[in-house]
Amino acid sequence: MSVAGSAGGPTLLFAHGFGCDQSMWRLVAPAFERDHQVVLFDHVGAGGSDLSAWSPTRYASLDGYARDVLEICEELDLRDVVFVGHSVSAMIGVLAAAREPDRFAGLVLVGPSPRYVDDPPYRGGFEAADIEELLESLDSNYLGWSAAMAPAIIGNPDRPELGEELTNSFCRTDPSIARHFARVTFTSDNRDDLARVGVPCLVLQSREDVIAPLEVGEFVHSRIPDSTLVVLDATGHCPNLSAPDQVVAAIQDWLPALAVA
Amino acid sequence: MGPADDTDAVREARLHHAELTETAEDLYDNAPCGYLSTTPDGHIVRINATLLRWLGYEHDQVVGHMRFADLLTVGGRMYHETHLAPLLLLQGSVHSVALEVRTADRRRLPVLVDAVVKEASDAGPSLVRIMVVDAADRRAYEVELLRARRQADLERDRLQELATTLQRTLLPPALPGVPGLEIAAYYHSASVEEIGGDFYDLFPLAHDRWGFFLGDVCGKGPGAAVLTSLIRYTLRAAAVYDSDPVSVLTTLNTSLRQERGTTSTSWCTLIYGVLVPADPGFTVTLASGGHPPALVVPRDAAVEAVDTVGGQPVGLLSRPRFRTVTTTLRPGDGLLLHTDGLTEARRPDGTMLDEDLPALVAELPRGTARDVVDGLADVLSSLGPGLVDDTAIMVFTASDR
Repeated sequence: MSVAGSAGGPTLLFAHGFGCDQSMWRLVAPAFERDHQVVLFDHVGAGGSDLSAWSPTRYASLDGYARDVLEICEELDLRDVVFVGHSVSAMIGVLAAAREPDRFAGLVLVGPSPRYVDDPPYRGGFEAADIEELLESLDSNYLGWSAAMAPAIIGNPDRPELGEELTNSFCRTDPSIARHFARVTFTSDNRDDLARVGVPCLVLQSREDVIAPLEVGEFVHSRIPDSTLVVLDATGHCPNLSAPDQVVAAIQDWLPALAVA
Repeated sequence: MGPADDTDAVREARLHHAELTETAEDLYDNAPCGYLSTTPDGHIVRINATLLRWLGYEHDQVVGHMRFADLLTVGGRMYHETHLAPLLLLQGSVHSVALEVRTADRRRLPVLVDAVVKEASDAGPSLVRIMVVDAADRRAYEVELLRARRQADLERDRLQELATTLQRTLLPPALPGVPGLEIAAYYHSASVEEIGGDFYDLFPLAHDRWGFFLGDVCGKGPGAAVLTSLIRYTLRAAAVYDSDPVSVLTTLNTSLRQERGTTSTSWCTLIYGVLVPADPGFTVTLASGGHPPALVVPRDAAVEAVDTVGGQPVGLLSRPRFRTVTTTLRPGDGLLLHTDGLTEARRPDGTMLDEDLPALVAELPRGTARDVVDGLADVLSSLGPGLVDDTAIMVFTASDR
């Protein structure tokens, strides 16, 4: 976990999605450091987190991750937090805000999807078999991960050169944890939780995104009572990396409205 | 000029000719791997002949019409979006990512992908260069490895489950309630895969008395489990006929001697004892067969060992000597039995706990049996890897009635 920016300012809490770690925000978060306290963290099991803190029961559903978000808020005594969640973390934010609405001033949901698997007439974009294929893909990259190397990646945040020797380290994690997180992520169904969000939301949606298609972004927008949808002129599931300027601008345009509300 | 120079000149000319016939175009198109270039958002702008041949597509079906992700299986596309694409944006290259491409006739072809971002320059816009290597053979081998690893994981889980279940059957699921006595026990198994040889029990005898024992079988694993089971039912049965501690240990010795040769190990050390309610407290008579002495933990005096030194292990000798001692537990007094896993546990500095076990116990909060056991459990868990052997602890405290 890292805290930066202006300590007295309002807090932006950034949460990364399935796949990589908090590096996903490196082109976005610094833009807010002048006026905000910026908090970044790695989900348990990802990036520099303590792998021993992971347990299959706590993280059997997204609720476990939402509890972590609330614990971070409590630990740092954060209030009126603007939670910025990418991909699956958008839903983690939705769950956290539904549980403790008083903690949050608003949510920014980047590429959210409340359900990835089709459930006609709802279209999530995937079939159950596709999820199995993703798990296979994770498995076939299993051998690229070496348990012997893991301590070098995760245990030496003060010695980044150890991590740099390992390629793809931003998106490396223990394969069994990745597999578990993938299954929890892509089989979750949080459509009913959307209506429970009582704080203003900004939905940021790429024009083209195979993981969370435009119509899914529109669905999220339609179900969250107080939400704003901004379609970014970006392709792919990671506009925070491919179109960071647009993501920053959209959030900056929306934040003042939040203060007035 | 000699003949050798002639040969060198000819060889050089031949090499030069060969070099001239290798054109960059041909090197690209007919490389032994697939090549393609895409725009930053994935649209394919160039692809080599090798990759087109593997995929079964015509050049014009791909260039200008497909994105790199379109060539992948759906699962591969998800992996691409969640791992490969962000990595490319974060570090400008990716190395050896395993994916599967879908051929024109819907076959799946396992590949390894390397990619680098070519930054925009005066010469042209930013592009992603991707190399694709056929990994069908390697993947088949990896699948085998994965299968073997999964199988091994499964076997290990089953073994652990079996060992844990078996271990549980060798220990009492819960100790009975004895009026006027607080009882607590602790058991630590040093290995999740191997059954330990420590055991304890407490059970009712006739005339309001109670029998108890705690001991340690020589060895571990299945042989030790068989022996532990034999010891438990022999002790319980023997105590019903004659609860005198020396008689019970002698009966057990006879049984174990008969077992010699049928199990890999056939002896143990233990303390067996009988609790008789006194008014107030309890009278305890115990006998030791070569076991570390029990400790008396008085409410308001120094902790000291119950002297049973001189007793010999059970099952080794035809006529072993056992030492009997009788002591009194007044209300508030405790009795602590343990196996050598406790005393041989090592502190980080290498010293063993036995060097001053009475002093260690004396420092623990002097309360109920549960307090003492919890205190010791905390000490042991703080040792981490220093706790090398199985450890059993049982504590009784006479309560105020």
